[in-house]
Formats: sequence, structure tokens, C-alpha cells
Amino acid sequence: MQLSRDTLLKAYRQMSTIRHFEERVQEEFAKGGIPGFVHLYAGEEASAVGTCLHLSPQDYIASTHRGHGHSIAKGCDVERMMLEIFGRKEGLCGGKGGSMHIADLGQGMLGANGIVGGAPPLAVGAALSAKTLGKGTVAVAFTGDGGSSQGTTFEALNLAVVLRLPVIFVFENNEYGESTGWRYHVGSGDIAARAAGFGLPAVKVNGDDFFAVHEAAGEAIARAREGKGPSAIEIETVRFFGHHSGDAQRYRSREAVVKLRGERDCIKNFRTRVTEASLLEKSDLDGIDDEVASLIDRAVAQARAAPPPEDGALLTDVYVSY
Amino acid sequence: MPEKSIRQAINEALAQEMRRDPRVVVIGEDVAGGAATEGERDCAGGVLGVTKGLFAEFGDARVIDTPITESAIMGAAAGAAATGLRPVAELMFCDFLGVCFDQIFNQAAKFRYMFGGKARTPLVIRTMIGAGRGSAAQHSQSLYHIFTSVPGLKCVVPSNAYDAKGLLIEAIRDDDPVVFCEHKLMYDLKCEVPDEPYRIPFGEAAVVREGEDVSIVALSRMVHYSLEAAETLAREGIECEIIDPRTTSPLDEEGILESVEHTGRLVIVDEATPRCGLAVDIAALVADKAFAALKAPPKRVTAPFTPVPFAPSLEKLYIPSPERIAGAVREVVRYRR
Repeated sequence: MQLSRDTLLKAYRQMSTIRHFEERVQEEFAKGGIPGFVHLYAGEEASAVGTCLHLSPQDYIASTHRGHGHSIAKGCDVERMMLEIFGRKEGLCGGKGGSMHIADLGQGMLGANGIVGGAPPLAVGAALSAKTLGKGTVAVAFTGDGGSSQGTTFEALNLAVVLRLPVIFVFENNEYGESTGWRYHVGSGDIAARAAGFGLPAVKVNGDDFFAVHEAAGEAIARAREGKGPSAIEIETVRFFGHHSGDAQRYRSREAVVKLRGERDCIKNFRTRVTEASLLEKSDLDGIDDEVASLIDRAVAQARAAPPPEDGALLTDVYVSY
Repeated sequence: MPEKSIRQAINEALAQEMRRDPRVVVIGEDVAGGAATEGERDCAGGVLGVTKGLFAEFGDARVIDTPITESAIMGAAAGAAATGLRPVAELMFCDFLGVCFDQIFNQAAKFRYMFGGKARTPLVIRTMIGAGRGSAAQHSQSLYHIFTSVPGLKCVVPSNAYDAKGLLIEAIRDDDPVVFCEHKLMYDLKCEVPDEPYRIPFGEAAVVREGEDVSIVALSRMVHYSLEAAETLAREGIECEIIDPRTTSPLDEEGILESVEHTGRLVIVDEATPRCGLAVDIAALVADKAFAALKAPPKRVTAPFTPVPFAPSLEKLYIPSPERIAGAVREVVRYRR
């Protein structure tokens, strides 16, 4: 499928935003000032963006602990995300969620999730709402290779097939569950084939190739919208950072990471593809990078200067009413 | 006014709410039953027939049979609640909390706070509690204290059909996740229940019996055992006031304190195990806020600190009895400093 110039520009802007956001969060985390810990998505941008480009704000996604990329791709406000990661009052969740719980229901973002395998049943629920209320919308569950083995994920896959729900399971296989290699912890060695065992179409795509992801996600999402039920996609991808910011990564060498950045960078690949095919000019892309860099500069400066939540916020938002 | 059982009252509340609001759906294992069998569809209507007949009226889009996978049921219900439905999900036995707690307490209960007040999760989880049916350790527990301890969840523990209907309607219309605990031995218990829908607000205890000498705080089936004990004690000249909190979260602290300030004595009866439960919670509340009114130490009557046994003789010993309740009351009445 030939994408329009606008779509290509949008895709690049989103991927670039995620990359700049994550590289910068890593830097800021090292400097201090970001509480807790963060799990960075750099390297996996094509997965979130290639999928979410097919979605509207009325469609839902449910995400993982590595959720910044999904949030940006689903339309969450980048400055308010940064405020949230710094634990600020004006953050997307009032500073009460943080990196692992960024959510924006108005954008159809049902939340990053601190529990591995937490999200798939929730996405199935969003799909149940869509089907029962006849909304014509879909839901996407993002899960990692680690979460692909959780019981909640298996239950969600089965229930989605039983009820024929408009949900897409996207398994981002970034090769590591924390510090354990996926070839060890995925017993069958094939996430897509295992998902297919539940009785839904499942494909494997190269996550370094935005266009491959975009096409596979488009087919699965169209199928769900047509009422033909759930699908699964295993996206073979890489993470440039460790499990979390500060991970010493003794399970792989520095050289291996340099090599990944050189050979498996979905953004570089995208740039090469679109410029060689003369779909976009290098200057278009560089212009976007510059704009994104200033956006992230502004977001960080603002987040550093912003006030924390008021003390009274400790006790609010537990219930709608009590 | 017509008499109805708790089973009928709950069924009626569900049917009336489903007629009123198309967003209300019932979801769980065998809520209808019989799917893909050669036999009858809607053959079960829940394991004890509480949802029977809903399938015929509302169909499979709103009475949703699921696989026996509680994490998927609870998670899907939580996700659906956050995105526009008002699901009533069935966790058949509260003991099965063990396989799906994450979706209830890490997901549904925390959405609103984690997301800075933006989420609404109008989810009801109906679940059975209680020993006395020979169902042993994994189908007999009363785990409402666990639900009660989780910020973000509300917990309802009705003791009669009138309360069950009004509280369930309230739970379905509530915008927070509510766990609704039904005692499996009480479904046939009848009382007068109006035909029309009505709501009972959460956090308002019922004074089941008035008395001057001792306050008994009891939940669910223990309300009835306490009433039996109170009849015996009345013949001995001891008048008990029985308070049924009806909801454990929110808890009507004022109602309990008011009664203890009036009687000066407190016995708490709880079918759950003794550690970190409602009995401890209420004893601490009273010690903290009504110490001066107390003429005797608060007394707790609970199950022992054991799993629920199978043999009927042991199970009978496990469950607090009217005799043990009466014994505890006599003890606090006799107490002298």
C-alpha cells in the first residue's frame, strides 16, 4: 500500500518524537530528578507507530510497563507525559501514576501497566464494550515477549476467540524478558505460532521495517472492524536500552548494542526507504527532527520547573464517591 | 408486600437494571450455561440459579458465558467498565479470588487513582462466601476482609433479601468497583421485598434489633445467628442491640460508635478468620473512638485461624454458633474491672 505524504510525515514525526523522548528521559534520569525507574522504548518505535496509525481516539490500546512509545503513538500530550514522568501536578495523571501508569482515556489510552500480562484482559474488555455497544471500534493489547507467557495473556486470547471480539494482540518481541533471553523463556520459541494455537490468525513481522508493521497491523485491524474477530501479530524488534534505565545489561555487550543501533534501527531504515524512493526529502525529515528536539527541550525544562502535586492530592481520586 | 428469597431479589435487581440501562451486562462462567451442548441453553443460570432467566430476556450479547478463566472474566469486565459498559461479573466462589486478584486489585481498583481521577470503573463483582455446605477449604471462605482492605474497592455483604435487592441496584448504579458478597447458604431466605426498584445507600448500617445492654456487630449469616443468641439472652434479662453494617467499605463507623456509646459493651461476630479481619477492624475503631464508653473489653467471635474443614462435625465447630455468640455476650456483661 502506498502511503500518502501526510501519513509518512506523521509516522516519521511520531517515531522521531518517541526516540527523542526516550533518549532524553534516559539522560534526565541519569542526572536525577525523575523518581522511581523508567523502561525505555527506543528501538521499537515502528511497532507502536505502525499499529496506532490505523487507530482513532475512539479505539483503545492497553500497554505495558514500557509504555511511553504507545502513549505518544496513541496521541497523548508529550509535554504532559514528561510532567507525569517527573511526578508533577500538571502531569497527565496528576503526578499520581508516573511512567508505568501513563493513561489518557480521552485518547483511548487505557494505561501503561506495571503488571506484566496485566493489559490483555483489559483490552479484551474494551473490545467487549465496542462489540456490545456496537461502536465499530477496536482494541489493541500491547504485550512483550515476557508477557506473552503470562496466564492472563492466554486467558485473554482464548476469551477473545470465544466471544469473537474486535481485539488485536501485538506481541513486541524485543528479545529479552528483563535480563533473560526470549529463546529461553518462550518455551515453544515461537510466540506467533503459540497465539495461533488459540484459534486466531497470527503473523510474525520484522519490527525494524515500519512498512511491514503498518501493513500487518492494518490487515488485523481491518479484520477486527469488519467483525471477523481477533488476530495476533508478533513484532520482532529490539530495545536499545536495558530493561530499565540504569540496567547494567551484563547479558549483552556494549558492542552488541552499538551493532543493534547500526543495523536494526527502524527510524534509520524508514529514512533510507522514503528518501531513496523520493517519497520525502531529507530536509523534510531533518526539519521534523529539529521541531521534535525543541518540543522535548521545552517539555523537560517545563517539567523540571513545575510544582509537585499539592499534599491534598494524596487523598483524592480513590473513588468517584465514598 | 410479596415475600422473596435472596435469590429472587438478586435476580429481580439484575433484570430491572438490565431493562433500565442497556450498558448493564452479566458476564461469567455458566451465567446462562449450556452453550455448545446438545442440551438446554440457559440450563444453569449461575451455579446456584441466581441469574436464571436473564438469558431468555436479554440474550447472549448481555448474558455472556465465559470459559472458566477468572482473570479473563475480571480483567475483561474491568476493561469494559472503563470503556462504557456497566458489567456485573460473577466470581463464582470468592475463593477463586486467588486466580484473578491482580485484575481486581491492581487494575480495576487502582485505575482512578493511578490515572489522576480520570477513570470511572462501574464494575460489580458478584461472589459467593460462606462455610456450611461441606465444600471444604477452597469453596467456603468469607474473604470480604481482603476486598475491604483495598483502597478503590467497595464491599457489600447483605444479610437479607430486602437489603440484597436495594444494595445490588445501588452497586450497579455506582461508578466505582463494588464487590457484592452473597452467602451461599442464604439464597432461600425470604423476607418482604418490594416489586419496584429501590436503592439502599452504602455506608449505612441497619439496626436489626434494639437493646440496652450489649451491641453486637454482625455480617451476613452471622446476623441471623446473633438474632438467635439475642432471643436466648433476652430470656436471661440481657437485651442485645444488633448492628448489621451491610457494607464493609464504606463502613458506617458512626452507626457502630453510636450503638456502643449507648450500650457500653461490644461483641463482633464474623464468619471470617480472626487475623486482620472486620472483627479486628471494628474492635480497633471502638477502642480508638469510644474507649470512654466501654464497660468491658470488646469481644470477637470469629472462625478459628484455620482453613475451612470438610468433615461436617469440624465444619460446625468452625462456624461461629449462636451458643458461642451468647457465651461472648454473657462474658462482657459479667465483666468487672
